[in-house]
Amino acid sequence: MTEQGNRKKVVIDPVTRVEGHGKVTLLLNEEDRLVEARLHIVEFRGFEKFIEGRPYWEVPMIVQRLCGICPVSHHLAAGKAVDQLVGVRQLTPTAELLRRLLHYGQVLQSHATHFFHLASPDLLFGFTSDAARRNILQVIQDKAEIARDGILLRKFGQQIIEKISGKRIHGIAAIPGGMNSPLQIADRDLLLGQCDEMIRRAEKSVLLAATLYQQNLDYHQQFAAIDSKFAGLVAPSGALELYEGSIRVKDEHGGLLFDGLNPQSYYDYISEEVRSWSYMKFPYLTSLGAELGWYRVGPLARINLCDYISTPLAEVARQQFVKLHNGVAQPPLAFHWARMIELLHCAEMIKSTLELPTIVGRDLRVEGELCSEGIGVIEAPRGLLFHHYQIDDEGLITKANLIVSTTHNNQAMNNSVKVAAEQCVEGKALTEGALNQIEVAIRAYDPCLSCATHAVGNMPLEVRLVDCQGTLLDSTIKSAY
Amino acid sequence: MNKQIIIDGEVVTYRPGQTLIQAARESGIYIPHLCYQPGYHAIGSCRVCMVKVNGRWASACTTLAAEGQVIDNRTLEVDAHRKQIVQMLFVEGNHYCPYCEKSGECDLQATAYELNMQEDHFQHLYPHRSLDTSHAEVWLDRDRCILCGLCVQASAEQDNKHLFTLGGRGTATQLLVNSSSGQLGETNISAADEAVAVCPVGALMKKQSIYSRRSGERTYDKTPISKLEFKA
Repeated sequence: MTEQGNRKKVVIDPVTRVEGHGKVTLLLNEEDRLVEARLHIVEFRGFEKFIEGRPYWEVPMIVQRLCGICPVSHHLAAGKAVDQLVGVRQLTPTAELLRRLLHYGQVLQSHATHFFHLASPDLLFGFTSDAARRNILQVIQDKAEIARDGILLRKFGQQIIEKISGKRIHGIAAIPGGMNSPLQIADRDLLLGQCDEMIRRAEKSVLLAATLYQQNLDYHQQFAAIDSKFAGLVAPSGALELYEGSIRVKDEHGGLLFDGLNPQSYYDYISEEVRSWSYMKFPYLTSLGAELGWYRVGPLARINLCDYISTPLAEVARQQFVKLHNGVAQPPLAFHWARMIELLHCAEMIKSTLELPTIVGRDLRVEGELCSEGIGVIEAPRGLLFHHYQIDDEGLITKANLIVSTTHNNQAMNNSVKVAAEQCVEGKALTEGALNQIEVAIRAYDPCLSCATHAVGNMPLEVRLVDCQGTLLDSTIKSAY
Repeated sequence: MNKQIIIDGEVVTYRPGQTLIQAARESGIYIPHLCYQPGYHAIGSCRVCMVKVNGRWASACTTLAAEGQVIDNRTLEVDAHRKQIVQMLFVEGNHYCPYCEKSGECDLQATAYELNMQEDHFQHLYPHRSLDTSHAEVWLDRDRCILCGLCVQASAEQDNKHLFTLGGRGTATQLLVNSSSGQLGETNISAADEAVAVCPVGALMKKQSIYSRRSGERTYDKTPISKLEFKA
């Protein structure tokens, strides 16, 4: 589009973000070799600012509107922070179980949405296959049983959310110090009756992801490949943990860098760098600096970080995953496989949680003394999620800081986009397939970047290739709706 | 002896001294309203209960029923005007239904649904209004206040506390608190006060009943406002 010294700039604009838009800029030198790739998140949401002055008890309801795919994660992270604001350190057993069940339902439905609705068209039909075929409708037509698995798993996760919060999206569940409504026995029985079928479908999903990944193993392992550190929650035992735990960090080779970090003091070891070209910050481990301290979060990180998974079927799947990757797995496309292992874990946890008599208890809320600060940390489907609030004496928010999963993965996504671009943008001819490969790299990290339109094959994209004199050499446009 | 008027083609009996909305309610006919509540003086401020009486506009809460009246109530024309009034109420304040605790229990929201209001239509004013959480039991969010005056009446006549009044002019009119600082924290308001209970929107709220009901179980999730008034 424009000349910068001896560089040329290729812009993909817009790429969609979390219910919004982003763009990709590829900077080329005079020999058309890629110099730099940038994923810009161009939409400013402003939630941290506009909740200032609102009462703390509204926060879990407000911030869940950040997202339509993982609202429960924001709701629960904020709910955990608000528990601290009202001086509650321990929920009632039923409230804790309900929140966990809600979270398992959320992660299950989000993972199913991502893998089947968003990513599977690429994986099933090929990254450069006919664009008209790369959508969920074609999956339904050509691979009906796979589509059925995805749709029913997603529906089951949403059903859990609905039974607990009253709505499939943006319901009401977590309140200060607990939960607002019990799970009805009839609803428990309804959900429990579906669990065995869902676990079977989840097992099939893991097998599918593993098979697709291994069918073209060399290509999948080198596609957009980067080496990074990984960060995420683990249980005190070292088990995979999605709701409550301490933070573990591993290096590029799987070595333990940090363990047992208290999420409540995240600001002691995580910093955020601001770059002028993006609204999204770049988090890094403070002690390692911005250059070396960036890391990845999400399913791949969690499977790499944990010592084991507490549910038997998912643990078997994890062991197969670890065996293939000989320790820590780095390929971005391994995210999908890891995601399905977590989906299976969630299905197993949903069953075991529903079988506990405490899940239908009525003791839902405890009270405490108001505090000035609360930090809620949770593993959202896409990775670590921090919600940090401060309030005044009257309970009004004075400061808020949210670090969402996509932000943690910012540097990694930029690096993967660059590698993908190096691999697929050759010379001056841009193709739709090349564009989609860049999207595939982004999509592996964060389905929110593609959720707006890709599901029906209409992701709005425009790529323009301009030479050193600013002359348009080539362009490719895909329209949104 | 009962006399008769006609509302939307239906014969309705009334007693002398009754207003149109009182007569309609006794006959099970819903006339949309916000600032009117049974047991309170009607002041006709919100204009949502406007009807056409023999072709002329009148507020049903302040107009006495009289022999020979033929009234248009739920006609397309009347409801279209009502919808515009409700739309103006929405844009004049700051009504964030998605996270409002009163959502599903709010008369303004329920009336908007009743009138099939799909969007705000008018440009939002986004006024700067203050929030008062200084009291231990009750909080006041002026963003949501529609200036119906019901809390003013309730506090004065039923709670005998005289805690509220409406002050200012035009779009700057706001609910004022009768204390030296203007804050609820200095008053003797209680969560049990009628002034809190009668608020049709989420302006005056109890602090302890935070999001007590989930979606699907709230009052207007189950029954539209036009039917709720006549439930046994």
